[in-house]
Amino acid sequence: MAFADAIRSIGRGGLFGLTMLRGSAPTRDFLAELVREIYKVGARSLPIIAVGGAFVGLVLTLQGYRTLSTYGAVDALSTLLGLSLYRELAPVLTALLFIGRAGSSIAAELGLMRATDQIKALELMAIDPVAKVVAPRFWAAVLTMPLLAAIFISLAISAGWFQAVQVLGIDNGSFWSGLRGSVDLWDDFGVSMLKSAVFGGIAALVAAYVGFHAEPTIEGTSVATTRAVVNASLLVLVFNFILSALLFR
Amino acid sequence: MTDAAIPAVRLQAARLDRGGRTILSGLDLVVPTGGITAVLGPSGSGKSTLLAALTGELPVASGALEVFGNPIPRSARALLEMRKGLGVLLQGNGLLTDLTVAENVALPLRTHTRLPEPVLQALVRMKLHAVGLLAAADAWPRELSGGMARRVALARALALDPPLMLYDEPLTGLDPIASGVITALIQRLNRTLGLTSIIVSHHVSETLPICDHAVVIANGRIVFAGTPDDLQSTIDPLVRQFLDGQPDGPIPFDAPVRAYGEAAA
Repeated sequence: MAFADAIRSIGRGGLFGLTMLRGSAPTRDFLAELVREIYKVGARSLPIIAVGGAFVGLVLTLQGYRTLSTYGAVDALSTLLGLSLYRELAPVLTALLFIGRAGSSIAAELGLMRATDQIKALELMAIDPVAKVVAPRFWAAVLTMPLLAAIFISLAISAGWFQAVQVLGIDNGSFWSGLRGSVDLWDDFGVSMLKSAVFGGIAALVAAYVGFHAEPTIEGTSVATTRAVVNASLLVLVFNFILSALLFR
Repeated sequence: MTDAAIPAVRLQAARLDRGGRTILSGLDLVVPTGGITAVLGPSGSGKSTLLAALTGELPVASGALEVFGNPIPRSARALLEMRKGLGVLLQGNGLLTDLTVAENVALPLRTHTRLPEPVLQALVRMKLHAVGLLAAADAWPRELSGGMARRVALARALALDPPLMLYDEPLTGLDPIASGVITALIQRLNRTLGLTSIIVSHHVSETLPICDHAVVIANGRIVFAGTPDDLQSTIDPLVRQFLDGQPDGPIPFDAPVRAYGEAAA
C-alpha cells in the first residue's frame, strides 16, 4: 500500500512538473515575477550561503591539514579542499542550506496561499496558478543555485586559504598552484554548476508541490514546510549520488 | 452579450457529491438572466457545494448543469476559458498578498487582455472608483479592513466585466455598516452593468431586500424557489425554521451520522 502511494506521489509530482514546464512561457509578467523570485529565493539566501561556505572551508582545511601532515603531504591540502568542495560539498551543502532557507519559505508561502484562498482565486480568475506562482519560483531556484554554489566555493576557498596560509603557515604559491593543477574547468567546476542547477530545481519543485497541495489549515502549512525540507534534502542526497556516479568516472 | 431567453443557470435533476457523500440531489433550478438570485440556507446545507459546481470546481455526479446554455466543460483549458465569463467573490477574498490593491485588480486584465498600460490603469481606476476605494489603490491587502478587502475583491471580480457574478457569503465577518455597503454595491453594480448575480448566503434579512429571486437549500435539496415576498409568506415548516431561526424543527440539530473513517475521506 505504501509502495503504491509512493508511486502515485511520484506520478503526481511528475505531472505537476510537466504542468509547470508548460506554464513557463517567457511573457513580460513571467519575467517580472522571475526577477522578484530571484531576489527572494536567491539574493536573500546569500548571507547564510556565504557564512556556511566560510566555515566549511575553515573546518575542511583544519581537518585536512591534521590528516595530511601525518603523512607529510600538506602540499596536497588545496587539492583536497578544491576537489571535495567543487565535486561534492559545495553543490550538496549549498542545496541543503538553500532548502532550509528558500525551500521552506516556498512551501510555507504556497501553503498559506492555499489556506487563504489565493490559489482558488487565481483558478477562478482563469489564471493557471501553477504557471503564475510555481514556474517563476522553480526557474529562480534553477538560475540562482549555481551562483550561490559558486559564492559558497569562493568563500570556502578564501577561508581555507586564510586558515592554511595565514594560520597554519603553508606556502602561498604551493596552495594556489595545487588548486590550479587539480581543479578542471568542466570536470569539476562545470559539473558543480550543473549539479547545483539540478538541486535547485529539485528543491523548488518539491517545496512547491507539497506547499501547493497542503491542507488549507495552519497545521497543513506546517506539515508541508517540514515535508518540503525533509523530502527535498533526501532527494538532493540521492540525486547527488546518481549524478556523481554518472559524471565523475 | 447574453440572450435574455437563455437562463443564466439551469440545473436539471442534478446531484452533487463530495468525498463520496451526496451533498445535494434532485436539483431542478432555473436562474433567469439579469437580476439577483439569493441562494439561502443554513450552514453546512450545501450552498458552497452548489457554488463549486457553478464554477466547475466540482462536476455534477448526475443530471445536467448549464451556464448560459452551455454545459460546464471538463477539460482544464475549456474550464479556464469558461471562467473568464464568471466573476467570483470568495468568502476569504483571496487577494494576493504580495500585490497592491491596484495590482490585484489589474491581474485578470493583464493576464487575459492585451490592453496598453495607460488603458489598463484607467480601467483599474474605474473599477476601484466603482467600489469607492480609488484612494486605496497603492495600499497592501494587509492594510485593509475586512469590508475594504471585500470591496477590492469585488472590483477584481468585476475587472473583466463578466456577465455572471457569484458571491460566496459576501457578508460573513462584516459589521452592519460594511454589510450595508456591500449589499448596496452588489445591487448597484448589478443594475448598472446589467449582470446576473447569484448570492450564496445565510444572511436572510440583509440579502432578501436586494434580490429578485430566492432559493432555499436544506436537508440536501432545494426546499423553496420563488420571489422574496413568497418566501417571507411561506408556511413550509422547514423554510420557516430557517427564516425564523428556530432551534427545533425539520432541520436536524445533530450532524448526520457517518460511517467510521468517512470524515477523513
